[in-house]
Parts: sequence; C-alpha cells; structure tokens
Amino acid sequence: MIKSEVKTDFPILKRMVNGEPMVYLDNAATSQKPQSVIDKLTDYYVSTNANVHRGVSTISVQATDEYEAARSATASFINAPSSRNIVFTRSTTESLNWIASGYADNVIQPGDEIVITVAEHHSNIVPWQQVAKRHHATLKYVTLAANGQIDMADAKQKITDRTKIVSINQVSNVMGAINPVTQISEIAHQHGAVMVVDAAQSAPHIPIDVQAIDADFLAFSGHKMLGPTGIGVLYGKAERLAEMQPVQFGGEMIDMVTQQTATFQPAPLKFEAGTPNIAGAIGLHAAIDYLNQIGMAEIHRHDQELTKRCIDKMKQIPGIIIYGDDDPVNHNGVVTFNVAGIHPHDVATGLDMEGIEVRAGHHCAQPLMNYIGVESTVRVSFYFYNSNADVDRFIKALETVKEFFANEFDEAEPTI
Amino acid sequence: MSLMKLNQLYRSVILDHANHPRNFGELATRTSDLVLRNPSCGDIINVQIQVEANQIRAIKFRGSGCTISNASASIMTTMVKGKSLAAARRIINLFLDNIVNKEIKEDEQDQLGDALLLSNVAKFPTRIRCATLSWHALADLIDEQEGVKIND
Repeated sequence: MIKSEVKTDFPILKRMVNGEPMVYLDNAATSQKPQSVIDKLTDYYVSTNANVHRGVSTISVQATDEYEAARSATASFINAPSSRNIVFTRSTTESLNWIASGYADNVIQPGDEIVITVAEHHSNIVPWQQVAKRHHATLKYVTLAANGQIDMADAKQKITDRTKIVSINQVSNVMGAINPVTQISEIAHQHGAVMVVDAAQSAPHIPIDVQAIDADFLAFSGHKMLGPTGIGVLYGKAERLAEMQPVQFGGEMIDMVTQQTATFQPAPLKFEAGTPNIAGAIGLHAAIDYLNQIGMAEIHRHDQELTKRCIDKMKQIPGIIIYGDDDPVNHNGVVTFNVAGIHPHDVATGLDMEGIEVRAGHHCAQPLMNYIGVESTVRVSFYFYNSNADVDRFIKALETVKEFFANEFDEAEPTI
Repeated sequence: MSLMKLNQLYRSVILDHANHPRNFGELATRTSDLVLRNPSCGDIINVQIQVEANQIRAIKFRGSGCTISNASASIMTTMVKGKSLAAARRIINLFLDNIVNKEIKEDEQDQLGDALLLSNVAKFPTRIRCATLSWHALADLIDEQEGVKIND
C-alpha cells in the first residue's frame, strides 16, 4: 500500500469538518490537490503569466512552452502517439459535447445508431440524445451483467453495421467496475463505428493506453486526478481530429481571416478558440508529474486494497445493500450502497456530522438508478491518499448512524 | 459527540412524522395536484388538494423522500388542512422565512406549530431543499387556484 504519509502533501486533508478531522471519501466527484499543484499554479501567476501562441515576447514564449509541455505530458500519460492528439477542454463534459457537436453531427445520418450503456454519466448520455434527436438517429443502451460490468453478449447484439458511434465509460462512477473497452472498441471497429471512451473515472485510477484500446476519442478531467478544475482533455486519433469541426471560433484557432472567410489551424489548436486555460493545463502537468511519481499501477493496487477492506467490513453490518459486483475487485475505489430503511441523504448528513464526506444522490446517472431500481444511493470513493484508518473511521461512523436511526425508527418501515 | 448535532436535526417529533406520515396517500376527489422533484437526489413529492370556497378541505401527499422531506410534508399537511388559501399562504411564507433563518416574530412562531421544529434545518444548508419541497409544491398549487379565480 502507498504510505499514509502521502496525506501530508495535501493541505486540505488536515482540516476539520463539524469538529472532527475530515475523512474525504468523495474522490469520484473530485480529488484533492497536492501542494505541488497548488504551488505550480501560484508560480505560474507569479512568474510566467502571459498569453500563449501570440507575440514574440520572452514571457509569452515561456508561457507557451509550459502550456505545450503540459500537452506533451498529457499525451505520454495516456500513451498517445503525439501531443497533437491532445485537445485541452474545460472538462470531460465539454470533451464529450465537442465530439457530439463537432464530429457526430457531421457523420450521423437518419436511421443511424449510437450505442452507449445504461451505466453512463449524464454527460455521456444527453449529448448523444441531442445528436440522435437532431438527425433522427437511434440511441441504444447496452445492459449490465450481474457484476456491474457491461454485458458483452448484449454489447455484441446492440453494436451493428448501423452503429456509427459507440461511447462507453471505462469505469462507471457508480459501479466502479473496469469495462472491457479494448474488446468493445474491436467490436465497434468491426462494424465501422467510432469508439469513444469516457475515462473520467479511469484516468485518475488506472494506467491508460489509448493505442492499446484503439480508441478514436477519449475524454477525461483534470480535477479528478489532482489537477485544477476547469481543465479537461479530449484525445482523438489524428484522422478523427482532422475530420472533426471546431465548435467555437475566435483567436488562436485561426490560420487566416478575411472579411468573409476563415481558415483554421490544424488540430489541436483549431479547437482551442480564445485564450485557453493556461494555468489549468500547467497545473494538470504538475498533477501528472505527481501521479507518475507514485505510479498508476501502484495507485490502482492501493484503491483495490482499500475497497476490499471497506466492502468486507460493510458486509458485516446487517442492512447494508451494496450495488454492483459481490467481489470487491470489481469496484475500483467506488462503493455505492444504501442502508435499509434510511434515506441516502439522512445517511450522508449523519456521516457528515462525523467528519466523513461522502456523496448521496443519483450521481448524475438517473438511467442507471432506474435500472438498479433505486432513486438514489450513498457513495464512498477512495483515492491513494486515503488510508486503512479512513476506511475504519467510515465504518465506525456508518455503524453509529445506522444505530441512531434504527433506535428512533423502532417501528421502522421501508422508506415511503 | 457529534451525533448530538444529529439530534438537533432529527427531533423525535420529526422522526415520528417521518415514520408515521399524516395525510399520506391519494385524495379520491381533488381540485389539483402537483409533482415536484429534488434534483440532487431524484426524490419526488406529489401534493394534492381539494379546495372549496377558497378553503383547503383536504390535502394529501405521496412520494419517496428522506426523513426531513417526509416529516416536513407531513407537518405541512396538518398545518394547512381546513385553512383558507390566504391563511395557508401566510404559513408557507413564514415557514420559508424561518427555514433560512430570517427573523420572525414570536406570535408568528406560534403560528408555525410543529413546523417550528424544523428550524434547525437552517443549520444544515444542504438539507433546506428537502424541507421546503412540499411547501413549494403547495405554494404553486395555491398560485394555480388563485390564478383560476382571477380568470373566472
């Protein structure tokens, strides 16, 4: 396991919540930031702040070099062939929306099909709903197997020669299982479809190799992997990015403008209209450096151990319903659950009073909630700076909260 | 122990209302009903009223909600049943002021009855929406009723 001293790199982890030392277990929502990332942001604004890809001033060249170095580091992080495959966006959501509006809108014809799964985040559902609506295409959903992973038999059936786009998460923000995206990518390509991978939950936790997956597009966010908010990544194969149209127009992205016409820069700059999030990209670079130092394989192992400890202990508490696979190995740092007879909001408020920060709600995955037959759930999600002690604090708090409500609800009925 | 703070939020009367909600179910005859949704958890609440001569003769609610949302809806129904639309609206406004910690007068506090027990929700900002959902639904229903009257 990764040593718990790593916590000292994250200043926020020292804070108190409701009079208790905070245990932060909402990492699937966003991660905390190490001092090195915070320092890098300050350092950029203190010493290098200038606009990029403009002018010949020394400081502008330095800012441009740092911004482009961030692009190269991001490319290496997911084993992209070149930094030209990396477009900086605002977030996973923006990346997926740009694929939908800049790419799918140009290729989808009436009667075509787009295939996603029931376990997608709203950001990998709604853009496709909109594309389907605009072009009279059909949006099809692959179902899940009992272990919370994609049902491959169903995937093989749903992906057909009519399918133009397959867009699937590599790790679900609710189930936590790693989906066989390489296998699905192969099936998609056999049918001539384009493979989009939502890596928002996988990029922070497991090594990613876009070439091994053979993804046409892959999207993730900086803020879930120690980086600042407001910086996201859109990876695209060179030929896909060449086919894809920019969604926004303005400075930086143009080649030449006349009164009536404009030509654009090649990718990735053609997508980055206006002043980009320079500090965000540089901060993401610092985050990637930090993650590389620890090692993504090591982080994955650590997540697995914490998840196993957590699920094993939760199974000892009667009345806890855990969603997804019975085997902790298929949860990858994400444990979604309910306490029988207690609403998730009440559980989360109870845990919050004990300093345990978790998420309660539908996790922006209402079709999945509907699929598993609940309105909302509680979710704990770990990262490498969480420790066994954090798991134990959570378990103890969970027992206390359960007892509190059980005593008051002596004639407890299921929630109405 | 921090669970003392939970005790502030979940007073026994609140737990009793949540556990044994009053006026829960379906009105056979109703003038109007409305479904509101809590976007953060997906909870839904359905409030139905039967209005005669500007008076709420009957009111029921249905839905799935947390302790705070169920208790608040239950208390709300007991407080406005039999009241005129205008009186019900006064209580709603008092409740909504009270829950965001706006100061209200002592005699107004009396008018809030059991709903005053929900005052502590003000200390739990993330839960205010749970407590106010059913009240907003009723406010919308009264708007609709009074709108109908104006149009008549």
